[in-house]
Amino acid sequence: MNKVRGLSTGVRAVIALPFVWLTVFFLLPFVLVLVLAFATNSPDNAPPVELGLSFANFKLLFSDHLYVVAWLSSLRIAAVSTFVALLLGYPMAYAISRADPRRRPLLLMLVVLPFWTSFLIRVYAWMGLLAENGILNQFLRWVGFGEHSGTILGTEWAVHLGIVYAYLPFMVLPLYATLEKLDWSLLEAAADLGAKPIQAFLTVTLPLSLPGIVAGCLMVFIPAVGEFVIPDLLGGTSTLMIGKVLWDEFFTNADWPLASAVAICLLVLLVGPIAIFQRQQAKSLERRT
Amino acid sequence: MIGRARFAFGVLAFGYAFLYLPILLVIVYSFNESRLVTVWAGFSFKWWHALFHNDDMLSAAWLSLRIGLASATLSTILGLAAGYVLARVPKFIGRTLFGCLVMAPMVMPEVVMGISMLLLFVGGEQYLGGPDRGFISITIAHTTFSLAFVAIVVQARLADFDRSLEEAAMDLGATPWTTFRTITLPMLTPALISGWLLAFTLSLDDLIMTQFVAGAQSQTLPMLVYSSVRLGVDPQINVLATIVVCIAATALIISGRLTRQTA
Repeated sequence: MNKVRGLSTGVRAVIALPFVWLTVFFLLPFVLVLVLAFATNSPDNAPPVELGLSFANFKLLFSDHLYVVAWLSSLRIAAVSTFVALLLGYPMAYAISRADPRRRPLLLMLVVLPFWTSFLIRVYAWMGLLAENGILNQFLRWVGFGEHSGTILGTEWAVHLGIVYAYLPFMVLPLYATLEKLDWSLLEAAADLGAKPIQAFLTVTLPLSLPGIVAGCLMVFIPAVGEFVIPDLLGGTSTLMIGKVLWDEFFTNADWPLASAVAICLLVLLVGPIAIFQRQQAKSLERRT
Repeated sequence: MIGRARFAFGVLAFGYAFLYLPILLVIVYSFNESRLVTVWAGFSFKWWHALFHNDDMLSAAWLSLRIGLASATLSTILGLAAGYVLARVPKFIGRTLFGCLVMAPMVMPEVVMGISMLLLFVGGEQYLGGPDRGFISITIAHTTFSLAFVAIVVQARLADFDRSLEEAAMDLGATPWTTFRTITLPMLTPALISGWLLAFTLSLDDLIMTQFVAGAQSQTLPMLVYSSVRLGVDPQINVLATIVVCIAATALIISGRLTRQTA
């Protein structure tokens, strides 16, 4: 049917329904952000903006120390957290992929379950753990050290911890998907040829699981860069992240044009990682069909 | 070999402890007598009682539930259409754009989607006189965001599924609509149910977009939780967390059963 030129009315309607929805509620709003990013703030008007073509917002973003630092520290925090999540997630995915096949669904489900519970509540859980009189500090004191230890809550450490905790399932799942399909006889062959386990891992397993590593890292890195809730609740005033800056510009300072410009900058930052991610998703879908 | 098994066990024990200990502690402290979430002062249902008599909490939960039901249903319908097109209609004008539009909300930072949606609704209010910011605007925002997830689930299911059944039906004279209704739709049902559940969960959980597009009058559950959590730990939130974990576990078990049955 599809080979015939010109699609039937039914198929056209099926295409049009999501197409129109997404154009109106996703593409159009995005254009509005772009327009507003070049506008100027004028607090007297009802919607506090004056449209126009001004680069003042962007100039401010690149000259003001605060924004540049927020940009860079978002990237750094996201990168470090992604790496830690990889270090923790890879062995987990590996262990699950080598577990008894009957047990794998349960083990995987246990990884996914936290994702289905509230994100906010999972971050909240760490507030009670890391607070000054929190359970972690009580434990450290009980063990004997930590008398002079400070509080983790309100530092960048807490933000890293929160990101790793919240996004670990996103790391484990794609890693598991590639490791599960790995041909283990290759490892046996490597061992037969005299490779030590660590050598076999570095030369066989690791390169073959690279697609999973890339997918997992991007699935953690992309949302982590624009993260707001975690730096807001776990980080302190010194933790600057671009998502939080956008939020503050919008809700606290009511500077919509500047917030829009921050949004555009955040997207520019993510264009590269998103493009890689999209291409990889397309490739893996092609492989399935 | 024993070394390897022990290593695997150690890794998994550590990983799951990391994932579950914080949640477990939140649950335990929902039964705490004391107001402090850090000091155990004995077992009590005090905070459970308080939560179920907290009118703000109940009305926020009711609003979240209504938005969740509406947006999950809408995004399942739209996601079904989008996923079907991506998997079964290889060529039409604007297909690349279509694919990008469907997938983009998944990778778009939520703060960016939030601000852009709000600008749309503010513009709509100004030039078209509506819709009011509240139930409708939040539902639209959630639908736009979660239809991508439904589309992916549907597309993956269709990609795995053998097309020959659909082709056979059409060769035997079934119209495309009949084919869809009798072959494609039944086979997609498990995917649609898990897609619906996923969209529902995403909606119930969303804070950032909601905060942007909600008007002054409406407050969803995550908004209420956020504003109370900002001030510090609150045992009623622990109770709420316990309920959410129980619901999530049930939903996951259901959707797990459904996908395994058909896998």
